[in-house]
Amino acid sequence: MAQTDSQGLAKILIEQEQQLVAEWMANLMSTSSSAAGDVRLADQCTHLLRSLRQAVLTGQTRNIQGGEWAEVRQLLTEICYTRARQGATPRETAIFVFALKQALFSRLRESVADPALLAAQTLLVSNVLDELGLFTIEVYQKGREEVIARQQQEMLELSTPVVQLWDDILALPLIGTLDSARTQVVMESLLQKIVETGASIAIVDITGVPTVDTLVAQHLLKTVAAARLMGADCIISGIRPQIAQTIVHLGVDLEDVVTKATLADAFAVALRKSGAAITRAATAR
Amino acid sequence: MVLSTGVVLSTGTITITEERVVPLRSSEDVVRLRQVVREQAVALKFSLVDQTKVVTAASELARNTVIYGKGGDAHVSLLLNGGKHGLRLRFVDQGPGIADVELAMKDGYTSGGGLGLGLGGAKRLSDDIKIVTGPAGTSISITKWKPF
Repeated sequence: MAQTDSQGLAKILIEQEQQLVAEWMANLMSTSSSAAGDVRLADQCTHLLRSLRQAVLTGQTRNIQGGEWAEVRQLLTEICYTRARQGATPRETAIFVFALKQALFSRLRESVADPALLAAQTLLVSNVLDELGLFTIEVYQKGREEVIARQQQEMLELSTPVVQLWDDILALPLIGTLDSARTQVVMESLLQKIVETGASIAIVDITGVPTVDTLVAQHLLKTVAAARLMGADCIISGIRPQIAQTIVHLGVDLEDVVTKATLADAFAVALRKSGAAITRAATAR
Repeated sequence: MVLSTGVVLSTGTITITEERVVPLRSSEDVVRLRQVVREQAVALKFSLVDQTKVVTAASELARNTVIYGKGGDAHVSLLLNGGKHGLRLRFVDQGPGIADVELAMKDGYTSGGGLGLGLGGAKRLSDDIKIVTGPAGTSISITKWKPF
């Protein structure tokens, strides 16, 4: 029964390809604004319809995850990715498939006279296209998740620049939340830069860190200890009044670490330690 | 086991004017809770120091919930007592519980790899703390009142 249903459906897909594509596109144009602008729309529709026909001919219409449907899935994935990149909503992406459903239904109504057969074929079309519609949503979602993962990766790298302020003075301006993954990157890039430059003083600036709790304090202390082992002294700067009070209440011991309120103060201390000084030019004013 | 300390700054009936529940499952959830708590503290016009204190206390307890309590929920409530406004944070988990609360409150003691200052720090950063713990889970709530 299922075999003959899919044979019948395949027949319609072959014989009425032209009408199907035309009707499908008309449906798309009227419902989705982003599809209307796509010049390759006719191409995409024809391609998908042909690979759909191949898959239906195999009779495996219960499970679209099988090898028979590989080409259909491949085509849909490409289309969804392009749509998602162009900023289409999940709804617009799924409508691409569901618009075909309407076209197929009307073709079936015209071609199949026997009510029982029509019902069976309608059910078949409905099942297959619902599955394909859900598949487009999955692909769309996956594409979005990849974008998010990539952005997280980019943020990780962007937020940890170690800058050289003077011959042997480095500064590490920290920004945002110091969760452990980022702290690891921060620590590595600081230690690496100490090796590269032979710096003797590193200033860790926490002006851009909104919350300093015990975990952040612990990460800072570990960074300071590691830098010290490599022969560099650390100064922690950017300790705002509210942060200072909070650290005291928490009971975190920062007594072994030189701390300053601003990066400028810390830089002045670092210069003094390295024997350099900044003076105003005599000709000024 | 129940432990409750802190100065009772006000007596009378406390009414909860608003409550929000923030799920705590991962360290990203801790960041989100901090944002929620900061928003509420700003809305109550807490001073910058008090905002920072209550956000930091929330951060400590939320991380404990995630790490030691194997995840749970944070209930953020706005309180009103007479004309006084406050913020209560309740952290609930179904974890193994705290074996020895007195010991856990002690500075420098940790059963994990932290500094061992979180619980004691949270107590010092807030006006009062209440801990109810047992083998079926732990509930810790802290309150911070606006001074005037």
